[in-house]
Amino acid sequence: MDYINLFVKSIFIENMIFAYFLGMCSYLAVSKTVKTAVGLGFAVIFVLSITVPINYLLDNYLLKPGAMAWLGEDYAALDLSFLSFIMFIAVIASMVQLVEMIVEKFAPALYGALGIFLPLIAVNCAILGGSLFMQQKSFASIGESAVYGFGSGIGWLLAILAIAAIREKIAYSNVPAPLRGLGITFIITGLMAIGFMSFMGIKL
Amino acid sequence: MSQPKSNKKPAIFFVAKEREPLFSKKNRALLKDPLDDNNPITVQVLGICSALAITVQLKPAVVMTLSVIAVMGASNVIVSILRNAIPNRIRIIVQLVVVASMVILVDQVLRAFAYDVSKQLSIFIGLIITNCIVMGRLEAFALGNGVWKSFLDGVGNAAGYGFMLILVAFFRELLGSGKLYGYQVIPDALYEMGYENNGLMLLSPMALITLGLIIWVQRARNRKLIEKN
Repeated sequence: MDYINLFVKSIFIENMIFAYFLGMCSYLAVSKTVKTAVGLGFAVIFVLSITVPINYLLDNYLLKPGAMAWLGEDYAALDLSFLSFIMFIAVIASMVQLVEMIVEKFAPALYGALGIFLPLIAVNCAILGGSLFMQQKSFASIGESAVYGFGSGIGWLLAILAIAAIREKIAYSNVPAPLRGLGITFIITGLMAIGFMSFMGIKL
Repeated sequence: MSQPKSNKKPAIFFVAKEREPLFSKKNRALLKDPLDDNNPITVQVLGICSALAITVQLKPAVVMTLSVIAVMGASNVIVSILRNAIPNRIRIIVQLVVVASMVILVDQVLRAFAYDVSKQLSIFIGLIITNCIVMGRLEAFALGNGVWKSFLDGVGNAAGYGFMLILVAFFRELLGSGKLYGYQVIPDALYEMGYENNGLMLLSPMALITLGLIIWVQRARNRKLIEKN
């Protein structure tokens, strides 16, 4: 049951965009049409559910204070946690590159759909944010971290899908000129975030 | 901006042929444009991610601004020095590593000297790495320009980013908790007359709406920034 609870929590209550504003840059830049938004959303889910578990392993067997105990007594006192930023970002950047190559080789159709978005993802705050939150929450098992990564990705997809649909419609309405584009998008996102706050406190 | 035009010998980084004073008009523009006409947050739409979550109070916003200025200044300089040595294919990873090392430095300094604020900023210091402003300016500017110019560009953009951050934090702290930088500014007499702090301003959605309104004001004032649709 813990998994379901965590899953729902990471999608709705701790939504990457509406609760933490992570991944805002691409959220604003790529949300002009629904089609591209869906492509980027799936790429984010994909990369988040791979990198969060990998970084979980790294954190637990390499970086945490005392994590190197499996190497022997001498290493038990080491604390490499100051290296976590650089390790996480290296994992993310190389995973993105790897995923791009694998997808290109084995699923050309998917590559056609995701292709241009994959490099963008290395610098998407939501991805690094997922790993850093994972580190902060100190999950009990790799399963939990995988569920968390997957759930956060789905939450991100939902958010970008919703804003893209609204922006497609808003092209037909008469927004005050200085507010057009960026301004109105911010305000709509704010209102949506207030809506998402109603999920707070839900437990399954 | 009042530094006198210096006619000293140009810094060693300059190629000798262009004897440009250190604060020539063009260089000053690099520093000044990002504050308004070319603001990273409201015009270039970069670096929004971390801009919003830490603006509940002024103090973390100020610390964040200083950290970003340090990281951007330093990483722009480093990438600009290395720009001819970085192979094009792996440039993103190289840039990320440079930025990540700078962020680690800043993080460790904060932990040593301002532990409370560092706890408050939690993961957002780490997220400077993927802050799109840093990467965006490295890609767009530092890879193609000299060291001094890149430094000015980095500091200018970070300052423009920080300006917005502090502006949003100012309104949120003032209206949300009646304080500025932790000190109460709304007099007790006003509370006795029935004034209430607006708790909604402390919640994250209001950061977005505040920023939306700031953009509205800026574009109404500066009409050339208005978007088509």
